[in-house]
Amino acid sequence: MLKTSLILCALFALASSIGSAQATVRVEPANLQGPRPLPDQTGEAAIRDYVQSWQSLSAAFAQNRTDLLDPAFVGTAKDKLAQTIQQQVTLGICTRYQDRSHDLQIIFYSPDGLSLELTDKVEYDVELLDHSRVKTTQHLSSRYVIVLTPAEVQWRVRVFQSAFE
Amino acid sequence: MSLPKAVEAGNAFSIQSTGSGRATLYIVGPEQVLKRDIRLGETTFFPSGSLYNAGRYLAVLTGDSSTESGSFDVIPAHKPVNLSFLARPSRLPVGLHDGITGAVYVFDAYHNLITVPTQVSFELSNPYGAVQKRVALTQDGAAWTAMDSTAQQGVDKFAARIGDVLSARVVIQVAGDPCGLKMSATKSGQALQLVTDPVRDCNGNAVPDGTIVTFTEAYSGGQSTVDVPLKRGIAEVQMAGHNGATISVASGVVLGNQIRWEK
Repeated sequence: MLKTSLILCALFALASSIGSAQATVRVEPANLQGPRPLPDQTGEAAIRDYVQSWQSLSAAFAQNRTDLLDPAFVGTAKDKLAQTIQQQVTLGICTRYQDRSHDLQIIFYSPDGLSLELTDKVEYDVELLDHSRVKTTQHLSSRYVIVLTPAEVQWRVRVFQSAFE
Repeated sequence: MSLPKAVEAGNAFSIQSTGSGRATLYIVGPEQVLKRDIRLGETTFFPSGSLYNAGRYLAVLTGDSSTESGSFDVIPAHKPVNLSFLARPSRLPVGLHDGITGAVYVFDAYHNLITVPTQVSFELSNPYGAVQKRVALTQDGAAWTAMDSTAQQGVDKFAARIGDVLSARVVIQVAGDPCGLKMSATKSGQALQLVTDPVRDCNGNAVPDGTIVTFTEAYSGGQSTVDVPLKRGIAEVQMAGHNGATISVASGVVLGNQIRWEK
């Protein structure tokens, strides 16, 4: 069952009906709370790594592979996303997330420099597949709140949460 | 299909469908997925604990001939349960303005970041009863503060609190740079015995043993320097004591007194 689900989802990932055009990214000027100034390079790196994390998320959910989360996610975010992928496997479904646009703003850089928070008004498509049959494709928008923490050579997503507006 | 606009994490909720026959209801998001076989026209109940991760969910209802969809939000539970509290540094000198900083992220019982503004109390207390308090309001789940290190060395407690939820860290405050460094000299046989007064910082805290004190003797045709660690609060050393030498004492960037030695 598990193996079948993984194969079906992997095939689906190759033949998805939703396109994989690169998302547009708009970055608002930082609106920081906190005493620590944010170097431009730090902000740019955090945003680059966060936008990249959507590709990890998309691949992991489309293929039902938790290991694909590893490069981009850590801590609570990774645990929750991995748990969802396990639920997908159990239910025989998979989902494909394709981000279309990001409207980003960095809102907090902790005084110790060990965490950075940003918001993202993101537009994305979701395609739902149950045992290889596409059930629906929907366009959604949401405001995400993200907390990133520095790892060895990149920022990783520690909190990834859609926030009710 | 009638969806709730928002559900608090962990709370029960229901979805009303219309029509007749059998269908499958999917609730999907990166945060969680659910799947139920239902009868159209009935209310589907989801008991407490069904959806507990905050996020935007897509609900999809697929019957024999139609598919219906909509979205709704799961919002963080109202009550804070976990504080992720980052305090820096863990050790610092006394008397530094805004030398101690703390940042806190507020979570509910399901590790959802509580994004509604929430008041956080920060408190820095030392063993002698001195307390500094600050209050901050979270913005998108995060709040921060800065505190002064106090005048007295010791082990302080730095805490963040919301109601009865507390997270505390230990901050060790150590003496600052020496202040008013002073030595005296006495003849000891053919040599010169140099000894400092007890070395303290500007707030009267004893500078820790092991701190290096440098004695320098400058004389006609040469100079000799000796580094000595503080031991029981003082530094002492024997130097040659050339006639007409100028002897100085320093620790780090702090310069003490000078003595001119005439045999």
